[in-house]
Amino acid sequence: MKLSLALAQINTRLGNVQANLEKHLELAEEARRQGADLLVFPELSLTGYVLQDLTPTVALKPSRDQPVFRRLLEASQDLDLVVGFVDEDRRSRFYIAAAYLSRGEIVHIHHKVYLPTYGLFDEGRFFAWGEQVRAFDTRFGRVGILICEDFWHASPPYLLWLDGADLMIFTSASPGRGLSSEPQLDSARWVEHINQAYASLFTTFVAHANRVGYEDGLNFWGGSTLFDPSGKLLARGPYHQEALTVTEVDLNQLHRTRAALPLLRDERTSLVQKEMARILQKDYGTERR
Amino acid sequence: MAALVKSPNQVDLTINTDLARQILTGFIHSEITRVGLSRAVIGLSGGLDSALSCFLAVEALGPENVLAVRMPYRTSSPQSLEHAQLVIDQLGVQSITVDITPMVEPLFERFPDVSPHRRGNVMARERMIILYDQSEAFGGLVVGTGNKTEILLGYTTLYGDSASALNPLGDLYKTQVRQLARAVGVPEVIIEKAPSADLIIGQTDEGDLGYTYAEVDKLLYLLVDQRYSPEDLVEAGFAETFVSSVVERVRRNHFKRMLPLIAKVSNRTVGYDFLYLRDWGT
Repeated sequence: MKLSLALAQINTRLGNVQANLEKHLELAEEARRQGADLLVFPELSLTGYVLQDLTPTVALKPSRDQPVFRRLLEASQDLDLVVGFVDEDRRSRFYIAAAYLSRGEIVHIHHKVYLPTYGLFDEGRFFAWGEQVRAFDTRFGRVGILICEDFWHASPPYLLWLDGADLMIFTSASPGRGLSSEPQLDSARWVEHINQAYASLFTTFVAHANRVGYEDGLNFWGGSTLFDPSGKLLARGPYHQEALTVTEVDLNQLHRTRAALPLLRDERTSLVQKEMARILQKDYGTERR
Repeated sequence: MAALVKSPNQVDLTINTDLARQILTGFIHSEITRVGLSRAVIGLSGGLDSALSCFLAVEALGPENVLAVRMPYRTSSPQSLEHAQLVIDQLGVQSITVDITPMVEPLFERFPDVSPHRRGNVMARERMIILYDQSEAFGGLVVGTGNKTEILLGYTTLYGDSASALNPLGDLYKTQVRQLARAVGVPEVIIEKAPSADLIIGQTDEGDLGYTYAEVDKLLYLLVDQRYSPEDLVEAGFAETFVSSVVERVRRNHFKRMLPLIAKVSNRTVGYDFLYLRDWGT
């Protein structure tokens, strides 16, 4: 089975959902023209990243009647979409969220479960923590979504793997940092390493869409990537420039890689569970020092 | 941890200049065009930092959109003016020269005992006035030229040379500024000469500071970027007086890196809990 996967590494207008929506729809049109089946936008693609006090004013309550989602759902009739936004729940908690839209339906919404609140990041001040890591079924097989810091931790990709995700979709608004003599920023090198590692360790497809542009002095470095189940780089977007990177993916690579390398078959989940229970049962708070 | 720094010479501040150039020119272009403008105004002193800023601004916006302003004082080195002209000629930017002598002399005459330090600050602030006035006249933003070394050390005049709309070099140490300047083609004579604020005859930065940029950049990199403690660095071979004087200088000058403090009395206060990026809405 073939999947034409498009990664849209876009710049966004900070806090201007309408302008960002129009850009999404233009790119959907372009991706459709290029024959894409699935188009992935970066983290907070409808709002911009450093929202601070803009957070409650750009938040959406996704539904078929919500004006922004109505138009995105129309665009998803023949092109599956992953879009980034601020989700406001019924009790007005705000989440960094990504929605998977297909054939006019909201198939899945992921809330970011790890909110970096250190260094240059301050997400925990403005957002609520997501509580679930779940894979879900799509017309291309089972998929999982994680947002930026979610995949800096090893456990969310591991959970998605066990929950059946054969395509992991990672989205980021990753601020570039760590200029050295290397041709890439430290942040870019790190993210590419771990994306490749997850693809290899879990023998799964890993697609990463990262945004570009600037917000005040922060630069976002793009460089979206797609790795196949053997850890091979199938595509990489340019650094620091807007781009739509469309790649034809042969999903049967899962069959070939796993026939040769049965890591998934051999994963000893009950052993993990047993040991995890033991570790958590011990006086974890004091033991970990 | 200290064992990791066997000798100060091991610190490598080399940067990938292609990547730096791409990020910084993109930054200049983005931050100027997103407010609906396309032009930049730069005070061109004839020194390294402003020359590099001018090169980057031209790469981002085109020479016709950059105004280089030379602002000599009667005691300024003639060489400074010549070196600024080299940059203007090489880049083909627009330029004007505004002598600040007739503007600052009346103030110095009013206070005849004014110290060299005060005179330097007045000159730096007069230049700021001219740049911000030209910013309005030319329809461009003032591009600052401060580097990370001088920002951290506070080797700058508050609301003088520290005033700008955007600061592309502010996260590069002086050593790295020199490296990037060479890569983008700043004239070698500007790169090689001793850095100077040229506020007092014969002044050099390294004479004022009491140490070389090569030394202090390594120390600042280890303290700030790598989070070494002062004790670690003394143990690794840095002179204790050097370390403590730099640490104290960074702390004492922090006020120059801040906006004026607002006394909070309401429930929502600018700077504390009224939080938006400057790029809000763009």
